[in-house]
Amino acid sequence: MYSNKVLDHGTKAQESATQVTLQIDGSNVTVPAGTSLMRAAVDKGVKIPKLCATDSLDAFGSCRLCIVEVEGRRGFPASCTTPCENGMKVKTQSKKLAELRRGVMELYISDHPLDCLTCPANGNCELQDMAGVTGLREVRYGYDGENHLTGEKDTSNPYFTFDATKCIVCSRCVRACEEIQGTFALTVQGRGFDSKIAPGPTDFMSSECVSCGACVQACPTATLMEKSIYDQGQPDHAVVTTCAYCGVGCAFRAEMKGNEVVRMVPHKDGKANHGHSCVKGRFAFGYATHKDRLKTPMIRRKITDPWQEVSWEEAFAYAASEIQRIQKQYGRTSVGGITSSRCTNEETFLVQKLVRAAFGNNNVDTCARVCHSPTGYGLKQTLGESAGTQDFDSVDHTDCIIVIGANPTDGHPVFASRMKRRLRGRPGTEGAGLIVIDPRRIDLVRTPHVEAEFHLQLKPGANVAVLNALAHVIVTEGLAKEDYIAQRCDVGEYAKWRTFIALPKNSPEALENDTGVPAAQIRGAARLFASAPNGAIYYGLGVTEHSQGSTTVMAIANLAMVTGNIGRTGVGVNPLRGQNNVQGSCDMGSFPHELPGYRHVSDASTRALFQAAWGRPIDSEPGLRIPNMFDAAVDGSFKALYVQGEDIAQSDPDTQHVQKALEALECLIVQDIFLNETAKYAHVLLPGSSFLEKDGTFTNAERRISPVRKVMPPLAGLADWEVTVAFAAALGYQMPYSHPSEIMDEIARLTPTFTGVSYAKLDKLGSIQWPCNAGAPDGTPVMHENEFVRGKGRFFITEFLATEERTSRKFPLILTTGRILSQYNVGAQTRRTENKVWHDQDVLEIHPHDAELRGIKHGELVALHSRKGDTALRAVVTERMQPGVVYTTFHHPESGVNVVTTENSDWATNCPEYKVTAVQVTAHAKKSEWQKDYESFSSSQEGFLPGTATRGETN
Amino acid sequence: MTVTVYVPRDSAALSVGADLVAEAIAAHAAATKQSVRIVRNGSRGMLWLEPLVEVETATGRIAYGPVQAEDVKALFDSGFLHGQPHALCHGKTESIPYFQKQTRLVFARIGVIDPLDTAAYQAHGGLIGLQKALALAPMAIVDEVIASGLRGRGGAGFPAGIKWKTTLGVNDSQKYIACNADEGDSGTFSDRMGIEGDPYALLEGMAIAGIAVGATQGYIYLRSEYPDAKAVLLEAIARARASGWLGSNVLGSGKSFDVHVRIGAGAYICGEETAMLESLEGKRGVVRSKPPLPAISGLWGKPTVVNNVMTLMSVPWILAHGGAAYAAHGIGRSKGTLPFQLAGNIQRGGLVEVPFGCTLNQLIHDFGGGTASGRKVRAVQVGGPLGAYLPASKLDLPLDYETFAQAGGMVGHGGIVVFDDTVDMAEQARYAMEFCKIESCGKCTPCRIGSTRGVEVVDRIRSGDRREESTALLRDLCSTMTHASLCAMGGLTPMPVLSALDHFPEDFRKG
Repeated sequence: MYSNKVLDHGTKAQESATQVTLQIDGSNVTVPAGTSLMRAAVDKGVKIPKLCATDSLDAFGSCRLCIVEVEGRRGFPASCTTPCENGMKVKTQSKKLAELRRGVMELYISDHPLDCLTCPANGNCELQDMAGVTGLREVRYGYDGENHLTGEKDTSNPYFTFDATKCIVCSRCVRACEEIQGTFALTVQGRGFDSKIAPGPTDFMSSECVSCGACVQACPTATLMEKSIYDQGQPDHAVVTTCAYCGVGCAFRAEMKGNEVVRMVPHKDGKANHGHSCVKGRFAFGYATHKDRLKTPMIRRKITDPWQEVSWEEAFAYAASEIQRIQKQYGRTSVGGITSSRCTNEETFLVQKLVRAAFGNNNVDTCARVCHSPTGYGLKQTLGESAGTQDFDSVDHTDCIIVIGANPTDGHPVFASRMKRRLRGRPGTEGAGLIVIDPRRIDLVRTPHVEAEFHLQLKPGANVAVLNALAHVIVTEGLAKEDYIAQRCDVGEYAKWRTFIALPKNSPEALENDTGVPAAQIRGAARLFASAPNGAIYYGLGVTEHSQGSTTVMAIANLAMVTGNIGRTGVGVNPLRGQNNVQGSCDMGSFPHELPGYRHVSDASTRALFQAAWGRPIDSEPGLRIPNMFDAAVDGSFKALYVQGEDIAQSDPDTQHVQKALEALECLIVQDIFLNETAKYAHVLLPGSSFLEKDGTFTNAERRISPVRKVMPPLAGLADWEVTVAFAAALGYQMPYSHPSEIMDEIARLTPTFTGVSYAKLDKLGSIQWPCNAGAPDGTPVMHENEFVRGKGRFFITEFLATEERTSRKFPLILTTGRILSQYNVGAQTRRTENKVWHDQDVLEIHPHDAELRGIKHGELVALHSRKGDTALRAVVTERMQPGVVYTTFHHPESGVNVVTTENSDWATNCPEYKVTAVQVTAHAKKSEWQKDYESFSSSQEGFLPGTATRGETN
Repeated sequence: MTVTVYVPRDSAALSVGADLVAEAIAAHAAATKQSVRIVRNGSRGMLWLEPLVEVETATGRIAYGPVQAEDVKALFDSGFLHGQPHALCHGKTESIPYFQKQTRLVFARIGVIDPLDTAAYQAHGGLIGLQKALALAPMAIVDEVIASGLRGRGGAGFPAGIKWKTTLGVNDSQKYIACNADEGDSGTFSDRMGIEGDPYALLEGMAIAGIAVGATQGYIYLRSEYPDAKAVLLEAIARARASGWLGSNVLGSGKSFDVHVRIGAGAYICGEETAMLESLEGKRGVVRSKPPLPAISGLWGKPTVVNNVMTLMSVPWILAHGGAAYAAHGIGRSKGTLPFQLAGNIQRGGLVEVPFGCTLNQLIHDFGGGTASGRKVRAVQVGGPLGAYLPASKLDLPLDYETFAQAGGMVGHGGIVVFDDTVDMAEQARYAMEFCKIESCGKCTPCRIGSTRGVEVVDRIRSGDRREESTALLRDLCSTMTHASLCAMGGLTPMPVLSALDHFPEDFRKG
């Protein structure tokens, strides 16, 4: 339940052009037509008693506490389900109403345990509040009647309990699961007095429940309650901040007792999430206080040495001296830095500033290199801006959705719930059409009350072929929006593209062998998408992480433009960003060729601007990309690296090559909250701060800049931005900020799309979507409205070229990789929470045919070989896969998935081709050599941490 | 010469051996080489005479009943094929007073024809209403229904034409007609008899409704306890489609209307219109809040006319004969006829279609012949399990919606259950609460918890536990349920309870 300090309007806000005026308790109130009496009353400051109503759900009308009297009408209508009408005269209080409400309350309490004082909801319970409000003084029925007080408590979920004895059967949980989350895991079983809430015929843990927390949020009593409240009691204050998991960027209230987070509650006014959450953001925050957190800076000469705890000053001095030594010895460009997509905009900005101004080169890159760099490139080329075109709410207005290379229900669950709501439609209105383009049968293909019209189950690597075929059908069947194109796009380039795409070789029939998708399906999907009034494309790393990643992004932009689907609500090209601040880290100039705001380092005027502000010369040559850094390190020309909050040793492809590169460095400075895989190769460890320990901002997938607020002091004493500032100072470069807001002020001064952004405005508006400047002082929900950022939208020829990574007799299967709901990225955070109960190891999904052919049984350890390396994983035999394709995740380092992936990458941006690796899978495996080496290396590295050696001896 | 013999296929007749009787007649005719055509008709509604066998003679149809298979030989022997006398003979069916005194508009064909015989249906006035409707503008059809004064026969008595007008006035690409055939009230069976005895009339009524409001699809929500009705209905729909009465070109008009049958799962509450819509959508049968009205946002959120079987079956007659002809029957604002159902402790139970305005005494005594036990009538429950118990002193009230409402009762679906002077009305009050406890959907609090507490409090009163306080509590509870419940289930349960308490207080003071 929300804290009772948060105002609940009872029912949802209504949008209507018509206003109606009525009288409530004698005073006039004017509200949009369709508004409930209950909400109108709250607007007027009148709180009508209620239990089954809450403003996140559709009105239900079951508790009957909110009844009112309406002049001229018979009976006592429920104010939650009765819409306001002009001229109504409503009484919310009368003797009869008081009597009836008390009568209802008396019934509730006749079937409720009387343990308020020891109940976890004590002090924050709507039932308790209503007993008070209705003036219930006795329960004349007594407590010996039939009741539900002997029910068992379901504690199977690691984060919350279900105590049926406290349930008042208001159905808020069931409705939340349906309306908000769209999982339909909960139901009411039985009828009448026997009605009870149930997660199907089983307990919560074994049910369809995805632990999003929507039911817990909705429960007005202690029936569904966070275990942390049982353990810690009710919180006493709250701070609104932004989740540090995926690119949805949900707003949360960190509910606190002192410096301790009791629970994270999704913020109702959060514009990215509107009060919804997922299992990660809602519950998996325990890592922030996990015993593995690094709390002291450490240094060592060699990676075979134990760590030595030092003061911050010593650590900075050592790190700075090493950088200076190496630059002197190997040259200015022999060092570089990697910014973090998990850190704040301000921190990211500082790291690239440090590299450019203090290191004096452009050797800075970020993890977007390995995820969404093709998005930045492809959208900049075609549309003129390296970002998605819409806000999330736009999906409410779309009529047909293409999801390509994304698995929103796992990767972006809160947005997926919103998308599913649009796909389901409302009673009486059709849901949006859905086309899923994915090699794997992701959940969205068929989930309760949602079914894709088309699942184009392509072969991995054939994205461009499928998109070309779709565009071919649209162009050759006369479905292109020629008027839109003529007005908005570069017609010369369009003509060239049109000729190209209409070529017979781009027809679905001609490409059938490459795509593996029946031509008729592609034709059907193309017609469906092109004929929708509003069509929107959502995509993820299944688009970008290919040798033709940038081509695919451009093909998506082409498809959106040719169907006239850019520049208004309900349409657009929407990259679903992986990490919380991928968009922000890119915006902040994390790429070696771009200064903040995507301005090329070769541009003299941009350089002049930054040189003037930073007081140091900026190199006009682009620096090294991450893979170039690795190559240069192996070659011996790159010697030192400062990595903030990234785990390149686990996340980057071709692990053995990455390991060689890291081993070749003379100074690796790692700033992280844990001893991550990369840190095991480090010489300097700078303890990082979690998102709860600092101020700053994150920018989500919809370009929304949201505040991150400090709720507790940094565990190691310094926030990440302070670490970079101090490190720079040790290098002799001063960045004298006293608060991150000053860093944002500098960003705003230097970046045209950010000029209107300030902490004061963020406090006022809650969040801001860039561009935010004189032209758009409150930000920009939808881009390219009147014209494209680049002027005219530009079609690019997108020739399909199959990847060089081909199957062969030796490697007959294609491995593709992805994400899972409960784990996040390299798992450093989520593995250190109870989320591990859902996914304690990475598994290999394989089609039953491929499994049978190889004698592989479900659950057994199988070997995964590629030309790059070997590993072993447990097999999951599933028809989710197509024959010939296997799938896994990379949430656990010991899985060694990236030992198998290759050095292939996108032609334009070097984004690795994680999604296509030719492999063989064999039965009856043991751990691979790499895995054995990893285990011994990892355990020796862990033993180098202070204190662990002693602990080891006593074991 | 072939003699036509009628043996009902109505489930009331089947339950007392009609199939065996039909077989015996066929076998005996074959054995004695007499040419007999057996028609399986609906029931005439004189249930104490079932199986009621009729023989077609030159002077009309002669009734014999109740006939058992072992009676067949004797019937043949006494010349029943020629309408000759026998101990079971009642003379001409239509001269039996019980039948003769009725005004059969809706039930005109029922018991007369083979319910599935399309030719007989047309020969007896079928399809005239639909043909007329097809020649009218939608609003003109609705006007005819409004003029008839027809009110919802499910129990609520809402003017059907007004409901249709609402749906007609909503602009939507898809609308529905939903027929409520979840006849769950105790002592009621007119819907079942209607479906089993004249299914085409229901389909015709639905088609007229569809043509009127612009709905192209109809759903019949039939309770699972009616397997015979289901069989008849499915066959009737198949034949109606084959005859072009339903489908994409109704009677060649170019208009489209089709009907589908959905079977309930045994929940009383699914007879409540919004719970029925939920169930039709495949969901758990719980009541929806209103607004929105189903007429505006009903099945799958689309404008939906929800009407009872009897309402829809009245429509073809109204269109065929005109709204004014229908409105000429009845009294006050209760127009037309109502097929009453006599049940409980009654000598001659059955279906009696008469105009509104008739009294309970007339129905119980003139038609029903008093109690089956021969004892005095003490209480009568009208309108199903949620209807009031009326004492003998109130049996002279004219049956119409308003009069009964004023008297604290309701006409409902026209079910009349008779009790003699051995009834314990406190037990009946308890039963009312218990029924609600068992059948409540569980959505709203007053009904979900109140019904359970109601049973407990009645028990307390009956056992003499703080009788005064407990009685006051029961009245408070009834007030909470009446005024605060979401639907009529919880809202009306107090009606039988309070009527028992008010009219028979002595029964609560025993023990």
